Amino acid sequence: MRIERRLRQPRWLLVAVPAGSLVFAFFASGLVLLATGHDALRSYRQIFDAAFLNSGALGQTLTQATPLAFTGLAAAAAFRMRLFNIGAEGQLFMGAVTADAAGLYLGGHGWPHALVIAAMVVAGCAGGAAWALIPGVLRAFFKTNEIITSLMLNYVAAYVMTYLIFNTESYWRQTTGFNASVFPTSKTLPNAAWWPAANIFPLGGGIAILAAVLIWFLYTRTRFGFEAQVLGDSPRAARYAGIRTRRKILAVMAISGAVAGVGGASQVGDFSHQLDADPNGLQKQYYGYTGIVVAALARYNPLAVVVVAFLIGALQNAGNTLQGADFPSGLVGVMQGIILFSALGGELLVRYRVRVGRALPTPEAA
Amino acid sequence: MAARTETDRRGADGAPPPPAVEMRGIVKHFPGVLANDHVDFEAAVGEVHALLGENGAGKSTLSNILTGLYRPDSGEILLDGEHVQFSSPRDALDVGIFMVHQHFRLVETFTVAENVVLGDHRGEGRTFRLRTRAIERRVAELSKRFGLAVDPRAPVWHLSLGEQQRVEILKALYREARILILDEPTAVLTPQEAEVLFTTLREMAADGRTVIFISHKLHEVKAVADRVTVLRGGRSIATVDAADATLRSLAALMVGREIESRRAARDRVAGEPVLELANVWADGDRGDAAIRGASLIVRRGEIVAVAGVAGNGQRELAEAVAGMRPATRGTIRIAGKTVRGGDPRSAIAAGVAYVPEDRLGTGVAPSLSIASNLALKGYRDRHASHGPLLRLRRMRERAAELIAHYRIAGAAPSSAARLLSGGNLQKVVLAREFSGKPRVLVAASPTRGLDVGAIETVHAYLREAAADGVGVLLISEDLDEILMLADRIVVMYEGAIAGETTRDDADVEEIGLLMAGGRDPRAD
Repeated sequence: MRIERRLRQPRWLLVAVPAGSLVFAFFASGLVLLATGHDALRSYRQIFDAAFLNSGALGQTLTQATPLAFTGLAAAAAFRMRLFNIGAEGQLFMGAVTADAAGLYLGGHGWPHALVIAAMVVAGCAGGAAWALIPGVLRAFFKTNEIITSLMLNYVAAYVMTYLIFNTESYWRQTTGFNASVFPTSKTLPNAAWWPAANIFPLGGGIAILAAVLIWFLYTRTRFGFEAQVLGDSPRAARYAGIRTRRKILAVMAISGAVAGVGGASQVGDFSHQLDADPNGLQKQYYGYTGIVVAALARYNPLAVVVVAFLIGALQNAGNTLQGADFPSGLVGVMQGIILFSALGGELLVRYRVRVGRALPTPEAA
Repeated sequence: MAARTETDRRGADGAPPPPAVEMRGIVKHFPGVLANDHVDFEAAVGEVHALLGENGAGKSTLSNILTGLYRPDSGEILLDGEHVQFSSPRDALDVGIFMVHQHFRLVETFTVAENVVLGDHRGEGRTFRLRTRAIERRVAELSKRFGLAVDPRAPVWHLSLGEQQRVEILKALYREARILILDEPTAVLTPQEAEVLFTTLREMAADGRTVIFISHKLHEVKAVADRVTVLRGGRSIATVDAADATLRSLAALMVGREIESRRAARDRVAGEPVLELANVWADGDRGDAAIRGASLIVRRGEIVAVAGVAGNGQRELAEAVAGMRPATRGTIRIAGKTVRGGDPRSAIAAGVAYVPEDRLGTGVAPSLSIASNLALKGYRDRHASHGPLLRLRRMRERAAELIAHYRIAGAAPSSAARLLSGGNLQKVVLAREFSGKPRVLVAASPTRGLDVGAIETVHAYLREAAADGVGVLLISEDLDEILMLADRIVVMYEGAIAGETTRDDADVEEIGLLMAGGRDPRAD
């Protein structure tokens, strides 16, 4: 058996391989379920019900999927240019902080509903972008590795958020009420700053879909996207073509951070209506990191990111609902891992072909 | 020196002993190239023997055969009169042949002593636990005896390139190499360091070893060698005593060939200057000055060729003109206007087209489509974009036109550039650069690695560009190519323009002399 590189990648493979990977993943997960004493088919049925069909399940799935769509888009936007922004996590936190401030202040001063929401979106963008520009500037001007800096800033952002909830002087902290001095929590947003939903579909989900379309357009139809593609493929060729490399790095980091920041705004406006209900609630979700997985599964295609985010959100939601003595929460993690593993393994089949049989005799040998 | 070696070589019975190395009728083919064509070479015990030749003359192939890296297609190797056959570099090491490569084989984080013992599978390098002290003592001894000042305990990454080279030589001495080959050892040295190296090499020869010194710098060869073997086009041309040779005679041997294909003089009159360089200095990749005060003018409709041995600042010169490398001093003017240095976009806007030496790494974005690569510079024009939006269909149509016009084979507009062959890839680069309607075209080694047909096509395009009124700056190491294409020829040596001549007055011998750092004969 030999593995050789494919010179050309037929188009049908781009569909067949991911589909095949998914089937393989369900099969492999089924074996795990069987080995742990579950009826695989029944478990899949349970998962499906818990994700989509049970009462309130679809809404919960959308709640899970919305932030993943944002962080997935953030990762896809940067990774497409081979700019490895691992910091969507921190950028989401900072977007939540700024959007929450905007909502508290403007909502409290009687601004109209629509304006408050728009201001929160803008503030979320600004917070996320500013946080992403720190590794962006370091990369553009000092050639620092953005993987390390953006990753480390995630911890900084998490501590900043915790500090803003715990500090008694903090604008974000709830200071009135019975428990306020004993249990630190963040202020609840005024009603004018609560984001509306179309039935169960949150406003943030709509914004994420809009963002996906915009990013797709930006990368495939504009000069900006062309420059990013060239820079991603060959920095030397980009310089040769007269592309301003530094500006491009800053711009892409800012876009990536802004998208994650809106994710933070959506967390605050759509769901929690405060900076964070539990001081560590948002930090336990790991939306930023899961977003990287989402982007990888979507092959950095922004439109696919939305779909993948929905599916991964459904799986996570099902895991949360089903976990208990009968269905350990770890099982869903195992399934996610298997899906990711087979999807990335499938990538290899797109790029390489496996040939079984004797090596063809070379002309010299013959 | 000749007298001394003569007496040393005579054995007790008065018969001359066999040479330390003898290579007879060495032939080595590579796909499409005959790198060594019945090369004969011999070097005696106790001599410094220079191997002189241009790039591509077959020096490296010959030394790689002697060090067991390549196996010759035919021919034989004798050491001290006995036949040997190497099936791997280790076999050659075992009989005492050691090579100091241009790019050192050192582990940067190891100390000098550790590097010296690394890979020595006979003695100290074999033991599980290193007796560092003993090795360091031995290294210190050797370095003292041969004037190779270097601290055995220093980690290699602390050392200058000159010191690293000494470590390589110490490796050879530590393994008791009888035959030491140095591949262009002075390329990384300052003139003073080179002097020290020459002293060391002579001492090693006096110690009864054989030193083979590969170079294309005439004065060095003359300064250090006892005898010189000249290779040209894969053949051994002559072996001469260095004492009897002059720079001029060596240059003639090195490049002196019949120039068959001089083209008929053209009636074109060169126009106003389109590219002017005045006293330009620029740093190389290592941070040293690679261009040192170069001045030249290219006029409309003229092909000016820069001749020179690789590494004398030609690539940096091309990059400086194309805006890829900032000039530290001096000015570059395109069509009379000074352009901002180190900014490729300004250079492109001023009308500079650039065919880079490294076409796959710089000239194209390899994974992107051919259509994208053809629009790599023009995507800002009206042809390819409309404000911030791309005109994708227009880009594809234009790519199809260019593919047809330049006969780029095996290319669909949507297929990836890296799937093209070298010649067709170069056509993509040329098509793009010409279609931008440039004023100045900088072409750096545009035919390197191409087959004969593709070379002819590239030459035809360069002539066509000049005929259209473009000022062409051609950088090439191939004198035939230069003599065929250029109206004027400038020679670069160590970052400066060593001389200039027109094609009709061109004297190959003189160009060779200038390329190899001989003085300009017209000066005296």
